[in-house]
Amino acid sequence: MSAIQPPAETVWWRQPLDKVEGTWITIALIWSLFMFFMMPFWHIYGKQNLSNEAYRTTPQAYLAKTQAMVDEYTIRTETDSRLPVVKPPPGSDVYLLGRLWQWWPLLELEKGESYRLHISSMDWQHGFSLQPVNINTQILPGYEMVLTITPDTSGEQTIICNEYCGLGHHNMLGKIYVTEGGQ
Amino acid sequence: MSTEQFRTCPESGLQFHKPAEMLMRANAVLAVVMLLIGGLAAILVTLTRWPAVHLLPADRFYQLLTSHGVNMLIFWMITFEIAVLYFCSSTLLKCRLAAPKFAWLGFALMLTGIIVNNMAVMNGDASVMMTSYVPMPANPNFYLGLILFAVGALIGCFVFLGTLVIAKSEKTYEGSIPLVTFGALTACIIAVFTIASGAVILIPTWLWSLGYINNIDAAMYRLVWWALGHSSQQINVAAHVSVWYAIAAIVFGARPLSEKVSRIAFFLYIAFLQLASAHHLLVDPGLSSEWKIFNTSYAMYLAVLASMVHGLTVPGSIEVAQRAKGLTNGLFEWLRKAPWGNPIFSGMFISLVGFGFLGGISGVVIGTEQINIIVHNTIYIPGHFHATVVVGSTLAFMSLTYFLIPVLFRRQVAFPMLAKWQPYLFGLGMSAFALAMMGAGTLGVERRHWDMAFTDAALAFEYPASAYTLMGIMGVSAMVAILGGAIYVLVTVVSVFFGKRVESESSFGFTFTRASKAEPILIPEGGHAAAGKWGFAAPGTFLLAIFFLVVFVLYYAVNWKYLASVWPMS
Repeated sequence: MSAIQPPAETVWWRQPLDKVEGTWITIALIWSLFMFFMMPFWHIYGKQNLSNEAYRTTPQAYLAKTQAMVDEYTIRTETDSRLPVVKPPPGSDVYLLGRLWQWWPLLELEKGESYRLHISSMDWQHGFSLQPVNINTQILPGYEMVLTITPDTSGEQTIICNEYCGLGHHNMLGKIYVTEGGQ
Repeated sequence: MSTEQFRTCPESGLQFHKPAEMLMRANAVLAVVMLLIGGLAAILVTLTRWPAVHLLPADRFYQLLTSHGVNMLIFWMITFEIAVLYFCSSTLLKCRLAAPKFAWLGFALMLTGIIVNNMAVMNGDASVMMTSYVPMPANPNFYLGLILFAVGALIGCFVFLGTLVIAKSEKTYEGSIPLVTFGALTACIIAVFTIASGAVILIPTWLWSLGYINNIDAAMYRLVWWALGHSSQQINVAAHVSVWYAIAAIVFGARPLSEKVSRIAFFLYIAFLQLASAHHLLVDPGLSSEWKIFNTSYAMYLAVLASMVHGLTVPGSIEVAQRAKGLTNGLFEWLRKAPWGNPIFSGMFISLVGFGFLGGISGVVIGTEQINIIVHNTIYIPGHFHATVVVGSTLAFMSLTYFLIPVLFRRQVAFPMLAKWQPYLFGLGMSAFALAMMGAGTLGVERRHWDMAFTDAALAFEYPASAYTLMGIMGVSAMVAILGGAIYVLVTVVSVFFGKRVESESSFGFTFTRASKAEPILIPEGGHAAAGKWGFAAPGTFLLAIFFLVVFVLYYAVNWKYLASVWPMS
């Protein structure tokens, strides 16, 4: 009786396990449990975890907070459209917003220092993709995500939008410059 | 019950209920048409993402990517699956199909939905990708088409369930339903859950697009939409695993190693697969880690365990059947002497290996809560799901088609030489395509992105040269896979509409074991194991499974190592 016919024995559930199946199920179950417990383990001993700290917000409220930070800590501007580059003090709350089609403002952080990075969207869904370090998160309108990050490499990082957000999606870039501490 | 309503296929011994047969044909033909449309979009999309070609302008690219996603992931797969459901109920249980007129209504709704949705996308104001994340708006007909299609598919599910009830009450079979029908039932139950989730989110979104609802919460949308989006791929998994078992039975007369193990594995799918919505929300704001860990692991990887079990028992049952026929030399004679020139088998086996090694391993690794940080929304993701849905499901369905052409459509398979090579071109091309995208994704290349060079952006960024090389390999492999896909459509269309009618046994396209006449695989004295080695009934398969596990463990470890190199965050 093959798999496309009813089982030969009507009480098929009494058929004993083959050794090959029993052995494999045991091995696969152990591996499955290992992978499961690896995730809480990394929350305790690993260094790369999302805090899951998030708040409901509105585009207006979030823009106001970001604007206040930009007004206080802008150190220079870049490109023809004079995008502000903001250097907030280490340990502080840093606000980044995504909108059609830019990440605003540009940020300058110090290597080895921690920052509470807030991210939200002003309009549609966006994807925060920091390259080349390769950190990716989802950014939603109405939600303010908070990530405590500690840059441990210096140099220029680019924020790319990796959630499709319409025709200008592929032009939506931002920057995080990481300087050596004490400069 | 009149017997005139039935015909017995002289080749396979299968009994077809004529109204069911017409419905299977209609659904299968519509499915192949959708595959053709989705495939044409695939050509243009891949030729645009291949950096050296960069064919389409941005608006056309996003439009056709939307079309490709919806037509392939939803319309092709589910329409084919409805045909499979009718086959697994009416044909395998030798039972009349419940309410054929109702089934035709379902078909009409699906067809209408497909047309309405495709017209919205072609109109150019619904380039929102398959996911149509709010608050990015689409033409209301985009959602309406999906809703109509879903209602039609739901009717198909109920016709399937009704047929099971009729078969039981009319006693068309004895004991339990066949394993393959059990797998189809699993697919059907997941489909009902999926379609219900789709209704819960798409109906309000449609009303929102018409202006009757003010606001749809973006996070809520993603949670419920992915209960549609990911679970619909689990219908495919349950369906293609059933197809694997069916092909093992058709080609080899294989019987499951044990009904108990295979059925419990299917049950684990029913119980846990739909938790997979979480895979898409691992780096979303507003959800706790506890929620993410439990759901992304399908409750401690119990559904992954189920797939690992099927991955052993399907080839294991083939090995046992082959050994019983005397192919007992060494560990792998049963596999070496398998009918590699028969596309029903070769396609199924490439599907099995590709789904496990490429789609399965990558899926579990990137579905790990923290590892998702280094791959979310990169082109790694389509790399992963082309390995599952295309190498896994689509190739399995293609293999089954080579069986259905003579048995269901009663035509010879046209261009048998082309058909023989088709699974290799499609399966291996698509595997290389998926691997290249996974590689590029590891380097941070984004999915759903028109220009990886950022030519028109105010700021600049350059990916490493290796990312461009990988995207070039992706383009070349895509062309190989698309050639394989084109051959499939050509062979199917020519066979079904212009093929020579199957009259006698000798005019048959491919040889395979006939279900009703298959020599029963006798269990030797001392159980299966007597034919194997080390007390194992299927020692060769076991060794392959251990090799799979070693690759899995290594790749899992490599990704944790990569994650550990990223900036610390908490």
